[in-house]
Amino acid sequence: MEADVTISLNKGVADPEGSNVKKALNLLGFEEVMNVRTMKTFRIDLATNDRVKAKKDVEEMCKKLLANPVIQSYQIELR
Amino acid sequence: MDTNDIRVAVLLIEGTNNEQEVYLAFKRLGADPELLHLKQLISKKDLSDYQCLMIPGGFSAGDYVRAGAIFAARIKSALRKQLMEFAENGYPIGGICNGFQVLVELGLLPALESKMSDYPQASLAINDSARFECRPTLLKHESKGNCIFTKDIPYQEVVLMPSAHAEGKFLFPLEKQDEYLQRLIDNDQVVFRYVDTQGNYASYPWNPNGSLYNIAAICNLEGNVFGMMPHPERVFYRYTHPDWTRVYKENGDGKAIFESVLEYIRRKF
Repeated sequence: MEADVTISLNKGVADPEGSNVKKALNLLGFEEVMNVRTMKTFRIDLATNDRVKAKKDVEEMCKKLLANPVIQSYQIELR
Repeated sequence: MDTNDIRVAVLLIEGTNNEQEVYLAFKRLGADPELLHLKQLISKKDLSDYQCLMIPGGFSAGDYVRAGAIFAARIKSALRKQLMEFAENGYPIGGICNGFQVLVELGLLPALESKMSDYPQASLAINDSARFECRPTLLKHESKGNCIFTKDIPYQEVVLMPSAHAEGKFLFPLEKQDEYLQRLIDNDQVVFRYVDTQGNYASYPWNPNGSLYNIAAICNLEGNVFGMMPHPERVFYRYTHPDWTRVYKENGDGKAIFESVLEYIRRKF
């Protein structure tokens, strides 16, 4: 089974990469772009079909490595 | 104990790249440093054989996920207990640049409540400029005596040390920012803050990353765990200062950091 883990910056945390991309898009003529936030997705292959276990394990992965709760939050999607 | 008996572990993994300078800083002062891969420390060596642990700068594990996150997770999974004991026994742990990021990810800094928090309490986030900032930075020494790594530097003295990082913006969780910052100040845990040439707390470019409260370096409650973004090991000698032909100094500004920690170990152990 596959898990998509998306890490995003918490509300209110500055996203310099996002702001730069927004500026560039505006300069390219996309004046309707109001805001850009960057996110990062990890696609994780798991050797299990147990959804409950997979969810628990991936959450543990987020806490141990993938996200820093000070500035980031995570979303898990199992497929 | 004598200086030449002081064993310093300079810890590295793939992507560490400032270990030689840190190693040499201790070697030049007469101590007994050793370059140690994390795998060696886990399988063949014992942390309790050393009196000081240094985590140098670089791009450990390619800076993937977040700078320092993979190094920290690997240390934590194998050495959590030993590391706690090491810190509790008062042995110094220092992190420079990427090493600072590792100590924050480990929960050893700022460690407002205990010796080591389960999850990070702070973050060294991407610079406001969204790019790698590499240049000399001016730092005002703010520690009133708590930090053992800066004992030889007078309070409020301004020193010059180079910064070179893309992720150095010190942040607390937004909802707890004011409370945590106040505790950090009250506990005398703020060690260096970025300033301009007049010694004023100034914004970019003097503060290269947009750090909260211009924070460049902090220590833990007891002062024996210390992390800083700029590089003291790169200004060990006066002639590695950019203005060395114009301004005479006896030593490089970074030398005092290494002297201070050795002096502490000599006295205490």
